[in-house]
Amino acid sequence: MVFYINLLPLQSENFNINMNNYEVVFISTPVLSNEEYKNVVAKYTNFITNNGGEVTSKEDWGLRQLAYPIEKKTTGFYTLVEFSLPTENLKKLEVEFKRDENIMRFLSTRLNKYALKYNDSRRIRLSNKKEEKQEA
Amino acid sequence: MAQKSDIKFLNAPQIGHQKKKYCRFKKMGIKYIDYKDPDFLSRFLNEQGKILPRRLTGNSLKYQRKVSTAIKKARQIALLPYVTDLFK
Repeated sequence: MVFYINLLPLQSENFNINMNNYEVVFISTPVLSNEEYKNVVAKYTNFITNNGGEVTSKEDWGLRQLAYPIEKKTTGFYTLVEFSLPTENLKKLEVEFKRDENIMRFLSTRLNKYALKYNDSRRIRLSNKKEEKQEA
Repeated sequence: MAQKSDIKFLNAPQIGHQKKKYCRFKKMGIKYIDYKDPDFLSRFLNEQGKILPRRLTGNSLKYQRKVSTAIKKARQIALLPYVTDLFK
């Protein structure tokens, strides 16, 4: 009989870091001015990089109509951030979101390999659309 | 002698026979259902914003579960409504 020894867990023990891919969508209040909104987004991207993570992509959906009112507001700034982060630091990020009054709602999800593939293709699709618009 | 006009149906017509439903995710090889795409997810909702059953959509159980979690996530971030009238 042959036993295969998996070396991966040993390696991760050496580094003692469990990295994972995540994605966060958050809605900030429509009351913010453009600069304030940029500051809010920069705050979280900085938070991720300062906590040993890496931002892979960032998307602004702009001011969007909500499907139902949140905090008596019918619109909000949507932002999508894709990043990798050590697992235990995600909780910190979520606490940060909860404390922030500018954030009305957020949703963080872990990405599996299919999600990563899908997000790549989605990004390509969106960039192609942008190019078409610029040409037209 | 039976004339040609007498023979109308060689095979009995199938009245009320519907095309067999299939799971579109299995057929198209879609592995991940995106919660950020409300237009696509709205195919699996009725007018009141309720999730349609498997018996109507034809999804396999595995993908019906994924569709429903995606819809629930979309509702959390206000891309889809929890309750409405005249949705679509």
